[in-house]
This record gives sequence, C-alpha cells and structure tokens, in this order.
Amino acid sequence: MIYLTLFYEFFKIGLFAVGGGLATLPFLQDLSTIHPDWFSISQLMDMVAVSESTPGPLGINMSTYVGFTTAGIPGGIVATMGLVAPSIIVIIIIASIFNKFKDSPVVEKIFYGIRPASIGLIAAAGFLLMKEALLDISSFKESGAVLDLFNIKSIIFAVIIYIALVKFNKHPIFYIAAAAVVGIIVKF
Amino acid sequence: MKDLVMLYVLFFKMGSVCFGGGYAMLPILERELVTKRNWCTKEELLDYYAIGQCTPGVIAVNTSTFIGHKLKGIPGGIIATLGFVSPSMIIITILATILEYVTDIPVVTYAFSGIRICVCILVLSAVINLWKSAVTSKIGIGIFIVVFLLSAVWEISPIIIVISAGIFGYVFRTVSDKRKEKESK
Repeated sequence: MIYLTLFYEFFKIGLFAVGGGLATLPFLQDLSTIHPDWFSISQLMDMVAVSESTPGPLGINMSTYVGFTTAGIPGGIVATMGLVAPSIIVIIIIASIFNKFKDSPVVEKIFYGIRPASIGLIAAAGFLLMKEALLDISSFKESGAVLDLFNIKSIIFAVIIYIALVKFNKHPIFYIAAAAVVGIIVKF
Repeated sequence: MKDLVMLYVLFFKMGSVCFGGGYAMLPILERELVTKRNWCTKEELLDYYAIGQCTPGVIAVNTSTFIGHKLKGIPGGIIATLGFVSPSMIIITILATILEYVTDIPVVTYAFSGIRICVCILVLSAVINLWKSAVTSKIGIGIFIVVFLLSAVWEISPIIIVISAGIFGYVFRTVSDKRKEKESK
C-alpha cells in the first residue's frame, strides 16, 4: 500500500527534520536512495527549484511534490499530512507544558548537538547536489582526464550566481528565473 | 465552528502569500495576528517561533499549530495548520501536473539545466547563513564536520545522525557542566 508507506516515510521526516526550510532536503535525498523508483536526485533538484519559487513553506511544497510524483494527487496529500502530523502532536503536547519546555536545560543540551548536525546534513545534501550538477563523473571515468571531471561551463555559472546572490541579496525566485533563461541560451 | 472557519481562512491567506516559509513568515504573522487582530502579543509570537525552530518539523507549521492551539485548543491547532498548508498543496499539485507534461520539451529541459545549478548555490548559501548563526563553538564545528562526512561519504541515515547528535549534545554538556562545577568549588 503505497499511501501507507508514503505517510510513514514522511511522518519520520516530520519527526526528525529539525530547523525548517531545507532541513527536509537530506531526508528526501535519503528517501530517493531507499525508494529509487519514487523519484531521482535530478527530479529532487527540480522540486527544490519549484518549491523555492512558489508560496508556502519549503518543506511542505517539497513533500507535496514528492508525494505527487510518487502517487498522484492523493500521494501529495498523504505525504504532506505525514510531514505535519508529528509537528501537530509534538506542539500540542509542548503547548500544555510550555513554560517548562522553554527553559528546560535538557532540551537546551540536546539541541546543542542537533543544531550543528542539522546544518551538517544540509551541507552534505548540497554537496551531493553539486556532484550531480557540476561534475561529469561518467565522462571522467571514460577518458580518465581530470579536466573532464569538471563541468567548466556549469562551474563558472555557479560562481557567477553565488557572487550575484551575495551582492544583491534578492529573493531566490529572481535567481531561479535568471538561471532558467541562461540555461535556455547556454544549454548546460 | 464559525471561529474555526475564520481561523482556516486566515491561515490559508497567510500560507498563500508567504514565500519561502520559515523566516519569511514572521513579519506576515506579526501583521495579521498582533497588529490587526490582537490575538497574541509580539513576545508570544517570538516565543512560539523560537520553539518552532527547536522542535521537529517545518517551522511555519509548528508556529501555526501553536497559535491555533492557543486560540481554539486542539481543533484550532489542527485547523490553523491545515489552512496554512492548503495553498502550498494546491499550487504545487497544479504546477507539478503542468511540469509533467512539458518536461520533454527541449526548452524546458535546458531551462532546468540552468535552474539546477542555481539550486546548488541556493543550498550552499543557506548553509553558509545557517553556519554563521548556529555554529559558534569548536565543538559545533567538530559536529558539523563529522556529520557532513557521515552523511556525504558514508551515507548514514539522517535519522540516526540526528538522534546521535542529540545524545552527544546532552552527554557532552552534562559532563562539561559538572566539570565546571567542580572547578568553581
């Protein structure tokens, strides 16, 4: 029963992805290796782009997208419900012991470890995406030449985007739109 | 019942204008809940937000559940969250359906080849910003590096990593606090 599996997988993500935004990304990447028939890493990148360019929390958008790709409209609904279910349960419990939780040294200590770990996870996910988008491992294996390993055009473009991002600090949607235009012209 | 419908509509409205979630939602919540309706104070909102950050799940969802729960109990928490995520689900489903039909068109393929590079950079810059705000100690840097390697090189499940990091944080801080106590004695 695909819907049950979807709900279970996204419930787990909702329970363990801490920190919002891209925190779900490493879990989704892991999901695509556990269930390779659901979606691929390059599909995941497209999902991140669409999710960043549309309103709503990134985690919700990506869950709906993954669920939809895997099992149609009901899949999108089930995946999103799975993702938010642990939040609703945990927050309702915490809301009733609010003040105790807020100043609890136990919680503070646990998050001392989890906060940098969650950033490390996102960094690792980003690294795998870069490997996919900026390196050309198949032609490197064919020719053995180090130069073939790097997708020079893509790397130059990546550096340009990064500089623009730091300099102008606009909403991601601007960079995604610009990258689409450049992609059509340059054909990476 | 009427209140719950109103709650759903309000959170639906906020969900549909809130680009990027997380940090972007705070000013919108403040305008709608504190300034316009006086449903909670700014301090309460910041507390909810802070807790939303350090509890599992999407920050925006956690904050919505908190506010809904405060206003109308458990049904309020559920309804507020459903309202907030509904626009996302509708918009993404429509876009994903359209994209499914057009992904084979060359122009779209090329557009996404550029977009994918951009996505990498967006993730990278998110990591750098998070790093600046949260990795503040040598131990933090150590955890970051170990987690990065475990995840990127050995592909250890993120769930195992999060649980171990939590245990490590608790044990490490408990031991170092005890040591400090001894020293001060």
